[in-house]
Amino acid sequence: MALAQRPAEEPAGAEPQRGRSLWDDAWARLKANRAAVASAALLALMLFACVVGPWLSPHPFDAVYRSYVKVPASLAPYPRAEQIGPSLESALRRARVTLEDWREEGGRVFVTVTSGRAIDPRTTRYLDRANDFSDTRVEEASEDGKRMVFSAEVERLYFLFGTDANGRDLLTRTLIAGRISLTIGLLATLVALFIGVTYGAVSGYLGGRVDTMMMRVVDILYSLPFIFFVILLVVFFGRNFVLMFIAVGAIEWLDMARIVRGQTLSIKRQEYVQAAEALGVGSRGILRRHVVPNTLGPVVIYMTLMVPKVILLESFLSFLGLGVQEPMTSWGVLIAEGARNIQGATWMLTFPSLFLMATLFALNFIGDGLRDALDPKDR
Amino acid sequence: MTATGDPILESRDLNVRFATPDGEVHAVRGVDLRVRAGETIAIVGESGSGKSQLMMATMGLLAQNGRTEGSVRFRGQELLGLSARALNRYRGQKLSMIFQEPMTSLDPLYTIGRQIAEPLVHHKGISRAEARPRVLELLKLVGIPEPERRLDSYPHELSGGQRQRAMIAMALANGPEILIADEPTTALDVTIQAQILELLADLQRRLGMAIVFITHDLGIVRDFAERVYVMQEGRVVETGPTAQILARPEHAYTQMLLAAEPEGRKPTVPAGEPLLLEGRDLKVVFRIGGGWLSRVRHEVRAVDGIDLVLREGQTLGVVGESGSGKSTLGRALLRLLPSEGAIRYKGRDLQGQDRAALRPLRRELQLVFQDPFGSLSPRMTVGQIVTEGLLVHEPELSAKERDRRAAQALEEVQLDPLMRNRFPHEFSGGQRQRIAIARAMILKPKLVVLDEPTSALDRSVQKQVLALLRELQAANGLTYIFISHDLAVVRAMADEVLVMKDGRVVERGITEAIYERPHEAYTRALIAAAFRHEARSGVS
Repeated sequence: MALAQRPAEEPAGAEPQRGRSLWDDAWARLKANRAAVASAALLALMLFACVVGPWLSPHPFDAVYRSYVKVPASLAPYPRAEQIGPSLESALRRARVTLEDWREEGGRVFVTVTSGRAIDPRTTRYLDRANDFSDTRVEEASEDGKRMVFSAEVERLYFLFGTDANGRDLLTRTLIAGRISLTIGLLATLVALFIGVTYGAVSGYLGGRVDTMMMRVVDILYSLPFIFFVILLVVFFGRNFVLMFIAVGAIEWLDMARIVRGQTLSIKRQEYVQAAEALGVGSRGILRRHVVPNTLGPVVIYMTLMVPKVILLESFLSFLGLGVQEPMTSWGVLIAEGARNIQGATWMLTFPSLFLMATLFALNFIGDGLRDALDPKDR
Repeated sequence: MTATGDPILESRDLNVRFATPDGEVHAVRGVDLRVRAGETIAIVGESGSGKSQLMMATMGLLAQNGRTEGSVRFRGQELLGLSARALNRYRGQKLSMIFQEPMTSLDPLYTIGRQIAEPLVHHKGISRAEARPRVLELLKLVGIPEPERRLDSYPHELSGGQRQRAMIAMALANGPEILIADEPTTALDVTIQAQILELLADLQRRLGMAIVFITHDLGIVRDFAERVYVMQEGRVVETGPTAQILARPEHAYTQMLLAAEPEGRKPTVPAGEPLLLEGRDLKVVFRIGGGWLSRVRHEVRAVDGIDLVLREGQTLGVVGESGSGKSTLGRALLRLLPSEGAIRYKGRDLQGQDRAALRPLRRELQLVFQDPFGSLSPRMTVGQIVTEGLLVHEPELSAKERDRRAAQALEEVQLDPLMRNRFPHEFSGGQRQRIAIARAMILKPKLVVLDEPTSALDRSVQKQVLALLRELQAANGLTYIFISHDLAVVRAMADEVLVMKDGRVVERGITEAIYERPHEAYTRALIAAAFRHEARSGVS
């Protein structure tokens, strides 16, 4: 049984108020919603980190550290004290000299090496060539040249999120991936939103034959297999980042158009639409002022669901080799890689997933907040 | 029947508050109420007086943000603060309720029989099959025709009156001791209204339960209730036996409610005034079914060959029950619906003009809708709503100028111009209807079709809105087509009346003549239903 009466919401005529439009009002109420504000701040922070982070990071996103393949996330620098020995050993073995002794002093290692023959001072290059050392110098050499002490700078590298299977810094890669994922997620959603809302509202409002025709077009597009469509695009236009927006946007607006059309069908029977028609307002004015603003609730909710969907769709495309290509990456790709390496390297899954999750949470809260804020009745 | 003995339902110092972001709303303020077994009481007040919330609180049906204080006892058992589970031993068993809107109170997905069986199955623990004979009995009791067939009908197959009967049957299923009826007749046609009231009175005589009748219309409780509680702003301002309250109302508010019948008459416009609108053999046919490939299955002739002539300054009242095609006629005349036949406005043919050609004329032909809740776009401010027509017809106006015109238009309908920055839901029904009128009037129209402009409003508000409409008509020389099912209202507004039934004109003529000497039985029935209470009490 429905409640026949709403709670008393009569007290009109209280204090005079200054002018405000739907958007002013929505903005004021969005600001009052703490979850939404915190989420917006988080999302802004995330965007900022993804845009600026890769420039500030000491590691380029595509730099490969062969000595640090799949090292765990850590706040302490690499190499570790116990790694220096083996690392020296393997580098010097290549130089065919024997490691006799080494010690660390003030960020430099002092290595005593011996050999059956005289040691060429250029042997230092073997150490430089390893990731961990640089600026190798000959400190002292014995008379016969068969014993030398090298000193080398130990490069202290921080891998806060660890490294991936190729020895690339995961922090930088996560941030650079965020650029791709957020761009695609937000832009493709906006594109789909724009096309879908316009198409759905026009189709629903005009009705009749126009509606039938427009919705059959949507049905036809629905029936095209997504992958087939993407491959077709790639064949014609070559592999391109922009193509992904088009592909994803071209698929996602279909759902949006259907949702908006459904809403429009019920809205256009509302008396306020008839009232506008009686005023002589044209179709465009009715769509813009009456129909579209009143579809906002479900549209905003669907939009927040669409962003994660698009991000995952992109990773699927990339997995098939149709999306972003190595060394460029996206959250979806990183997560897929992490999932493959979950047994040996949990951090490879953890960090990209955390970023994606935080983004989605934030988007959901913002979506909820927006929906409430955009409904003037709901206070 | 006089009830004696201890009250079975008693509320003491009942308070209901709603916490809203704009502050607390104190909806019910310290109400004492007693209902004895087998007694009929009426709670009367305008919307917002807290009369419904009082009973909602009793039934534990308050909205989430509602809070109650005080006490409500049913046969000594405190109801407030009971868990939903404990409360369900009383709700639907001892206390049951029927609501205002029969269209939405029934679930469209289940048959009537199943919905009426629901309280039986739930409270008595019997199976649906076992409940069936009892449901049939109930349907017969509430006088639904062909009860055997209706048992398996869905709500949409029933008329409004039949649905309300089904609701009553559902409420009676477990033989309640108290039946709470929250405006059970407000959404119904006048003739149906009378039948439902008779049914309730009859059921009370036969079943001996107590009835709590909530209404805004003091007139209809006259023959029905033994005692009346008059509520204003959450308080009971006057209470006593019905006859005494009606004969000698003491509180000013009660007097105002009683005097709220529409007053005044409109003088007839001389026949020499120029013709404004003319309709010849007007037909509106809705084709149901049929798509691209299938044939049209069914035709409904909503308006079936109507002729009418309107002179400048005239008000034509169009009356009839719902479904008689009167609203369709109004819309067809403004070319908002496709129709057949000729429509001439100031000698110009309106039929056959396309939307763009009609646009300049729209300014002079306006429409005000029945439902002030549905006809204002919820996401636009009042200022935007009122000035929307100006965007179309005077696009050269600056935003500032439009704002000034909005303020002016709101003043014209006696609203505070400062309200133009608010959203429609913040206003009461009467205020919203004024906004809708302002939207039409800002364009300085010549002809306004008023489609039941006052039927969703309280009586006293109705009176004010009617007075406003008459003032506007006199000031601006407007011509009205006034559509209503309420003949009392039409008498106060129209100088000519057209009585419609099933899309055809049954009777037409000068208002006074129709009311004094109705020729057709249908007209007589409508008049009888509208003036039933007045005639008996002599208030007129």
